[in-house]
Amino acid sequence: MAQQSAVPSVPLPPRAQVRPQYIVVLDAAHGGTDSGARLSDNLFEKDVALALALRLRAALDAQGIQVVTTRDSDAAVPLQARAEAANHALAEACITLHATGTGTGVHLFTSSLAPAPRVQFLPWRTAQAAFVTQSLRLSSEINAALAHVAVPVILGRTSLQPMDSFACPAVAVEVANAKNVPLTDAAYQKKIVDALTSALTQWKNDWRPQP
Amino acid sequence: MIPRIQRILFWAMLLSAVIMAVVLIRLRERAHDRLMTAADNMPASAPLNAPVEKIELLVANDADGSLIPVERSFPMPKDPNARARVLLQKLVEEYSAPKSTHPIPNASGVDEVFLMPLPQQKGEMAVVDLDSAFVEAHPSGIEPETLTLLSMIATLHANLPQITEVRFLVNGQQKDTLAGHADLTRTYETAVRQ
Repeated sequence: MAQQSAVPSVPLPPRAQVRPQYIVVLDAAHGGTDSGARLSDNLFEKDVALALALRLRAALDAQGIQVVTTRDSDAAVPLQARAEAANHALAEACITLHATGTGTGVHLFTSSLAPAPRVQFLPWRTAQAAFVTQSLRLSSEINAALAHVAVPVILGRTSLQPMDSFACPAVAVEVANAKNVPLTDAAYQKKIVDALTSALTQWKNDWRPQP
Repeated sequence: MIPRIQRILFWAMLLSAVIMAVVLIRLRERAHDRLMTAADNMPASAPLNAPVEKIELLVANDADGSLIPVERSFPMPKDPNARARVLLQKLVEEYSAPKSTHPIPNASGVDEVFLMPLPQQKGEMAVVDLDSAFVEAHPSGIEPETLTLLSMIATLHANLPQITEVRFLVNGQQKDTLAGHADLTRTYETAVRQ
């Protein structure tokens, strides 16, 4: 008691407002022996996905956004390892990048899982169910950014691994040829990367943790 | 020293276990024979003397990611399993036709469709066994694969509304994806969100 009274009373400093760090996960689909779609005689989906991921990472870095990638080279990364990387990052946005020779423009897919409440332990294969509502908002944000640069978009829902295991707002971005412009066209890819950068920068302000 | 009653009990339990194993194996063989007989009896194409019926196909369109309802008239078999198979075969033939809105070069399509009642629920589950040649020829991509599955699910539900769930196999085996993307390991509900 005597010791307690000897200690001068110091008013507690105001609690520091710690802003959670904004992290984006970029998952370049396929890689290694898994080539994905064959887009031409010597061009595979895995190469286009990686090129897009690296360009997008550089653009997000320039905006001061922290990026975690699931692969940086032509390496085979198991689907489970991709989901582990995304979930350990505690990211605010997870983008999985694909390419296809079918259709035109950009296809934005969110998980077709039914929305579920967020609980302490999420089932691994359907963790995305707790984030579906936010994923739809993120998809809408990307759709608006792509429309702004006149890239046609098709929106859809799908069941896709590892996206269904991502415990973060997640969107699969699948790039196809534009009308009369191949998806390998540098200007076309730059438009898409710029639109994604703009949408993810906007998402930094709009994103709110799910209650 | 083990009491006599415990020894008798042990031998009685062992005997029951052996009898139960034999019965289970026999039941499994019978179920397998029944499925094989049903598969052999299913017509490869609709019988010519079957009445012509209007069917609705939900045809995928890669250009805008939609499913377009298309009516066709075709002689349809009475058996629901055979009807389901003919429906999907007709759908796949649309995709292999010239100027298809969702081109898939191989029309081999579907080997079998089995309809099974769902325990504790109304409705049936359709187990669609896809042909491996069709799967190998399928274009790879999230959009084309998703549209193929959605069009099959929607076509089944439009013509056989008792189907509420669908699962996909390839040559009788479970496969992870259709062509590298769309998940084939899950059960799809026919009230599909798009």
